[in-house]
Amino acid sequence: MRRSLFWGVVILLLAALPPVAAALGQGFYVDLVRRIMIFAIAAVSLNLILGYGGMVSFGHAAYLGIGGYSVAIFAFYGVNSGPLQWAVAIGASALVALAIGAVSIRTSGVYFIMITLAFTQMLYYLGISIEEYGGDDGIRLKTRSQFPLLDLNDPLQFYYLVLALLLLSVFIVHRLVNSRFGMVLRAARSNEARALALGFSPYRYRLTAFVIAGAMGGLAGALLVNQVNFLTPEYMHWTRSGEIMFMVILGGMGTSAGPLLGSFGFLLLEDVLSNWRDPRWIGEHWQVILGPLLVLAVLFFRRGLAGIFARHE
Amino acid sequence: VIGWLDANLVSILNGFAIGSLLFILAVGLSIVFGMMDVLNLAHGAFFLIGSYLAVTFVAGESWGNFLAALGVAAVVGLLAGGALSGLTEPLARRPILDQALLTLGVSLIVAETLSIIYGNDVLSIGEPPGLDGSISVAGSSYPTYRLMLIGVGLVLALVVWLVVEKTSIGALVRASVADRDMVSAVGIDYRKVKIAVLGVGSMLAVVAGVLAAPVYGARPGLDKTILLLALVVIVIGGLGSIRGALVGALIVGIVDTMGRAFLKPVLGAFLPPVTADTAGPALASMLIYLLMALVLALRPAGLFQARS
Repeated sequence: MRRSLFWGVVILLLAALPPVAAALGQGFYVDLVRRIMIFAIAAVSLNLILGYGGMVSFGHAAYLGIGGYSVAIFAFYGVNSGPLQWAVAIGASALVALAIGAVSIRTSGVYFIMITLAFTQMLYYLGISIEEYGGDDGIRLKTRSQFPLLDLNDPLQFYYLVLALLLLSVFIVHRLVNSRFGMVLRAARSNEARALALGFSPYRYRLTAFVIAGAMGGLAGALLVNQVNFLTPEYMHWTRSGEIMFMVILGGMGTSAGPLLGSFGFLLLEDVLSNWRDPRWIGEHWQVILGPLLVLAVLFFRRGLAGIFARHE
Repeated sequence: VIGWLDANLVSILNGFAIGSLLFILAVGLSIVFGMMDVLNLAHGAFFLIGSYLAVTFVAGESWGNFLAALGVAAVVGLLAGGALSGLTEPLARRPILDQALLTLGVSLIVAETLSIIYGNDVLSIGEPPGLDGSISVAGSSYPTYRLMLIGVGLVLALVVWLVVEKTSIGALVRASVADRDMVSAVGIDYRKVKIAVLGVGSMLAVVAGVLAAPVYGARPGLDKTILLLALVVIVIGGLGSIRGALVGALIVGIVDTMGRAFLKPVLGAFLPPVTADTAGPALASMLIYLLMALVLALRPAGLFQARS
């Protein structure tokens, strides 16, 4: 009951935001929340492998990059068909996730963290090395992805599309982790030896989850490049991977509300602090505030933001 | 082969110099992780404290200044490591990720405070007197300071190896890496070992920052670059292994330097110059990650496994 109440309130708030913001003359918030929701999709997908699968992937930004490049490269050659661009974004991300996962999932612990980081760094430097698509400077998206019946240049249509895709990804992950597939995935996280003894090979389940998460990350990348109209290798920078990971942990790993709460918590905090003008040094060095918050959160706030809502369960 | 070695001696020595520096930085990180599963992400920020200390003391001015910077760096490192040990104590039985996040928080505080104090400019210093020139090595001229770095790194490697392998303190550290519960069970206060190891490891990081300042200078963001390199080194070598840290550091130093020296001309041979100019350095940066992925694909726990 509490769960359906929570999601009801979330959907209501997010759906009501554009008209309310318009009435208050604060249309800027539509843009901000749309950006946050795009990152929330990435965080939801990371939560599938990090929270439920126990795989600490330090390379999730790779799929933002692959999704982004898929859209931007097609647009560069004048192919603006949204369905084609996005299908390639999702498919290419899934393929890359399959390759990265197949190698990485054989390792565990810090080695897994570092090998996923290594692959993402390679993609990052690959992005920088390709002069044709802007190299280090990045590439401008001249035309947003074009869909029949849908116009991404209309802020509201784009907003509600992102909202729908976010809810869809939350739903997909929720269904996955509560299916037989998800049970095996979670069992392998909490006790790998027992899962093996029961006759399950965790490797295949983990790899499947890794590929699904990659594909969803690619979708977030395709959305992000349409959001900012610009693509640079920075999409795949390792600090970006760290931020997405932090959103999941801040919100609460292995909960369906966690990634959403975490993305809003982190990105709103970033927005407020980095725009701080009085005194000016807070805006320039906002991470000096983030640092102590991080320390305090780890010490005293173990279950993340979702823990607040789930306290009485 | 001799001719090739001769022609590329400077690149090879550069690789060794960077490798030595990386070893000083990585050995502490590796032991700390091997012993207590603390992935100390503040290690790079500690290094940056050292770099700014070198700038503050104008360490290139005289040997007095240089040694003062080193001395202060050692004290600051010990204290910082001890403090961090206390801070991570409540997390001793919690997952690696929690400790990593906590030390990440500490590193943000340190790095941002440094950039508030010193600004965003790249600050550089010279080498101390007598080391600021070049000397001739087998016919090529090479910076004296970098040659000294190689020496310091090798001496330190020897000292660390002797302490860890041949003394009773070292036996305690090795025992803690292998089985910390057993160490507690025989009546040794494991927390004291932890404070000491984190203290010495952090001291090495700050000292490495001072030593590196004439080469890298001091600038915001250097902490992250350095941390990433040190992590790559210890993961390639195998967490908790000193031999691994040495081999990993030299491999990373040499592969990175050689990549930068050779990829551009090699690519230039079959690509247009403009493309090669962009692609060369970027692909060279990619090399160490390619190496790490290869090593982990073949040996999922690094080259030298400290724990079975």
